[in-house]
Order: sequence, then structure tokens, then C-alpha cells
Amino acid sequence: MRPAKAVIFAALGDDTRLALIAKLSGGLPSSISQLTAGSKVTRQAITKHLRVLQQAGIVRCSRRGRESLFEFDPAPIQGIIEYLDVVSTQWDHALARLKSFVEK
Amino acid sequence: MNEIYSDRVEKQIELQASVSRVWGALTDSNEFGEWFRVKMDGPFVAGQAVQGHITYPGYEHLKWEIVVQAIEPEKLFSFTWHPYAIDPKVNYSKEIPTLVEFRLEKTESGALLKVTESGFDKVPAERRLLAFRMNDRGWAEQMKNIEQYVAQKA
Repeated sequence: MRPAKAVIFAALGDDTRLALIAKLSGGLPSSISQLTAGSKVTRQAITKHLRVLQQAGIVRCSRRGRESLFEFDPAPIQGIIEYLDVVSTQWDHALARLKSFVEK
Repeated sequence: MNEIYSDRVEKQIELQASVSRVWGALTDSNEFGEWFRVKMDGPFVAGQAVQGHITYPGYEHLKWEIVVQAIEPEKLFSFTWHPYAIDPKVNYSKEIPTLVEFRLEKTESGALLKVTESGFDKVPAERRLLAFRMNDRGWAEQMKNIEQYVAQKA
């Protein structure tokens, strides 16, 4: 089952996690060391943030030897964008009808 | 296109009609029903729930309910509702609704209407599927409307 949208939105509502997504969205799986490099945030904090992203289904984790590798999964975010697109299209239709209604 | 990390949909449209004309089309529940395709059972009163029936072909059996929030004459009209809450077997009252806000501004040529629907982060995920189904149908109907319109004009 897909994570609820609220979980996905909550996972996205943090600057450190958005920065992690930006790093991972390049497509290459990265280790915690690679993700911590150049960041002021501690390894423990990064690990915690990655767990949140994992629970939301935005990040997948796989093992290579002793190392955990983290990879970006765009599907949950794509789902939200598509949903809002549907709502957006319906408002476009409703407002077009309002326009012809008040302008006639 | 919507912003990626947004929980809301924002729209705006320029209307070649006076602010009071548009205000009437928004807040007179009969007029609202004409373009929103819903037959309301009563007027819009701030703080009160009002029910109606969808007049959109194929969905006439469905109830539609909103709770009117703010009515600030010719400025702001807002209500809360449950988007796609159309399954008669489901009790939606426990879910957190989304907020729809209509804001009006006077322009040189008429009125500028801004619509915001917010709070989608609280809508249950399973409702998404239904949204897709309804939208497919919506497109088909829309094409028919255009066809009919063009046929009348010809």
C-alpha cells in the first residue's frame, strides 16, 4: 500500500530532507558517508532524516556489502502532483463555465 | 502546473463582468449551481452547512454538501467541503475537509477572481483513484458540450 499523502507532505516539510532529495534525485544510489560529506548536519541526523524519507516511500534503501545505499523514488511525489493536476483541471473547467455564465 | 511541494491549487481568471455580477454568481446558491452544476437546497449562509445535488450528467443521484465559512460582500466567499466525497456509503464527516476561497478584485475591464483550494495534505490517499476516474469522464463530457455548442451555432 502507498503511504498516505499526509506522510509524504510531512516528509517534504524539512530543509535537510529536501536537500537530501535534491542530492539523491540525480539518480545515483548514495551511502550515508556520501550524503553527509559537505553537510553541517551530523551522520546520526542524516540517518534519521533518511528513515523519514524511507517511511514516506520517497527513498529506498539497499545493501551493498556492509554499506547501506539510498536511492530516490519519484513515484509518491509524482502521485501528489498528478492528483493536484486533476483538481486543477476541474477548477479550470468550472471557472470556464463561470466565465461564460457571467459574461453572457 | 502546480508547485511540487504544495498542498493547494491556486487559480485566477479575468472576467469581463462587474464585481457585483460575479459576486452574485458566486454567492447566490441558485446562480452558483448553474455553472457549478449542482442544485442547492438552500441559500449560502456564513457558518451553515447546505446540501445540494449534482446536476452533472451521470451523477444526479449524488448529494453534495458544503459548509459556508466567510461571506465578505464582493470580496471573499469561502466554504469547506470533502472533494470527491460522493460515495453514499462512506461517512466523510470525520475527515478534514479542504477549504475553497474565492477572492474578488475590481479591474479596469471587470473583475479578477482568485480561487484557492487548500488542505490536500489531509485528503485520504484512496480518494485519488476516484479523482482520476471522474476526470476521464469529465473530459468526455466536455468534448460533447463543445460539440453541441458548435452544432447549435452552425
